[in-house]
Amino acid sequence: MAEKTYLQAISDGLREEMRRDKRVFVIGEDVGVYGGAFKVTLGFQEEFGAWRVIDAPLSETAIVGGATGAALMGLRPVAEMQFADFVSCAWDHLVTIAAKQRWRAGTPVPMVLRLPSGGGFSGGPFHSQNPESSFAHIPGLKCVCPATPEDAKGLIVSAIEDPNPVLFFEHKHLYRRIKGEVPDERYATPIGKARIHQEGEDVTVVTWGAMVYTADEAAKEVDASVEILDLRTIMPWDRQAVLDSVRKTSKVLVLHEDTRTGGFGAEIAATIAEEAFEDLDAPVRRLAAPDTPVPFSPVLEKAFIPQVDDVARALKELIQY
Amino acid sequence: MAIARVAEPTGSLQDVKEQGLDREDLLQIYRNMLITRGVEERGHILYRQGKIPGSFYTGRGNEAASVGVATAMGTDDVGTPLHRDMGVHITRGVEPWRIFAQYMGREEGPARGRDGNVHMADLRLGLMAMVSHLPAMMPVAVGAALAFRIREEKRVAITWSGEGAMARGDAHEAMNFAGVRRLPVVFICDNNQWAYSTPSHLEYAVEHLADRAAAYGFDGVVVDGTDVLAVYREAKRAIEKAREGGGPTLIECQTLRMEGHAVHDDAFYVPKELFERWAERDPVERFRTWLRDNVELSDEEEEHAGSYVKKLLNDALERAEQSPQPDPETLHEGVYATPEDLDTPHHK
Repeated sequence: MAEKTYLQAISDGLREEMRRDKRVFVIGEDVGVYGGAFKVTLGFQEEFGAWRVIDAPLSETAIVGGATGAALMGLRPVAEMQFADFVSCAWDHLVTIAAKQRWRAGTPVPMVLRLPSGGGFSGGPFHSQNPESSFAHIPGLKCVCPATPEDAKGLIVSAIEDPNPVLFFEHKHLYRRIKGEVPDERYATPIGKARIHQEGEDVTVVTWGAMVYTADEAAKEVDASVEILDLRTIMPWDRQAVLDSVRKTSKVLVLHEDTRTGGFGAEIAATIAEEAFEDLDAPVRRLAAPDTPVPFSPVLEKAFIPQVDDVARALKELIQY
Repeated sequence: MAIARVAEPTGSLQDVKEQGLDREDLLQIYRNMLITRGVEERGHILYRQGKIPGSFYTGRGNEAASVGVATAMGTDDVGTPLHRDMGVHITRGVEPWRIFAQYMGREEGPARGRDGNVHMADLRLGLMAMVSHLPAMMPVAVGAALAFRIREEKRVAITWSGEGAMARGDAHEAMNFAGVRRLPVVFICDNNQWAYSTPSHLEYAVEHLADRAAAYGFDGVVVDGTDVLAVYREAKRAIEKAREGGGPTLIECQTLRMEGHAVHDDAFYVPKELFERWAERDPVERFRTWLRDNVELSDEEEEHAGSYVKKLLNDALERAEQSPQPDPETLHEGVYATPEDLDTPHHK
């Protein structure tokens, strides 16, 4: 056990898998000599060589399409989008080919797409998005969104092991800010299992990614016992853990950094309404970014991303309902 | 200004033999072309009989291009043929009854009724199923070639595109990446002059699409796509060059799409004289004549080939019609792969 940053945990998990399995290779823009825009693959090319840590041209379509072809040929590509936002350029290969390949043609596509996502540092409209709900909507894709260093390592291992295309949303604002104990040995965190970040009795917050920490801080500001459920993965997502928590507390806030309409929180809220209506003592509350692009200015971005005060206010209203 | 090399037509029998084709190989190519055309003609009848849901596409006029390239592929090579490339499936050994079952959306078609028409492939035969978004399979084939390069295998990936799809960005990214890394991939462009109703001059402004290869740092070749042995020769050369580390080649096969884009389209926008002119170069008839002139294809052999194909397709149709409809209860199965799905030779 050692204390590591979230970024180091991803890097360690990936490096260990590359040492363990020769089929695993990395491809992306600036991932080799430079070690990646955020340095997740720093030193990888020295260790594994230029044909396992591949500096691709500025070609997201070729990167994701190429990863799909390599996966079909039996390799285990881990492709990187420099920023999650750029996955729009690779939509076809992810959604049209990789996602449907197993169902349609019977041939699995075991690949991982790493997506540095999220805002909080004035990245503006094209370097800050959280596009997970778009992909959770696509049958055939899996979406994981770790919040802690321990889960970041365990989930990158699971993502590489998984026989499907897995989108690994790593929140940029957690990279160096969040540290935690990470086991030294290899372990796989199951995809589809939520984690109770904090147990509570009065109200549940269902969230993932960086919002886990926002919820954590907000919980300290309210005079109630708050349960924080970190989904860890949103496709598949742990319905049972959500329903169990709602049945215990009877009040629930669904919180995410992505925009509100059609965000994954809507699916969670609808499921709670369908399956736990009788257990609720208050309407399901959603808190998310407003339906706008992600703004650049710090003042505007603060108004966009749910803040600790916003969450605390929503919790207080729920508690008083 | 043309940059690509314009390939010579088929030469003498001696030249053909030097390319490694014996008389039996030549007859096999002929049979594969007949089966290719026959499958699509029978498919057309099935469609008219109301037995094929959705639409129906053929590659009439492209039989030499598709069979010629596929004949040049090695056993362990892979490819991503498109909807005009039935000859690739036939040459690689996909059984016609499975194609008819596919057309009719039956359980025993390669896509088990989950996808239709030529959206099918058998990876055990080295083929990957196309999608409608053209040429989205080009980067996928480049990825297969990348896998071969990483594992240092002497295998080659072949990928197809039409002249219309060459206008999309996927083609650029695929060819650029393949050129940069000198990957073992061969790009085939079936230039059949019409992308649905859009003529070539509204799709590209270079003289030959193969001229573009120079911009990606590799060779481009223009070949008459109705001349099966010329296509074979150029494909073989490119594939073996790629196998030996010489990098990609872009081969433009020039043909004419002899029918509409799909069965609903009567191709009124294609000048009648153009059809008449290209009908004189019908690839199947052209090769039959060559065989008669060069290897003494006899009446008896021709008749035998014809009756062999007829029986094959009759039996295939019968078997396909007996293939069950897919069970709606199975709709949810296989959206996600399980670890057991990786228990294939490819994933060992």
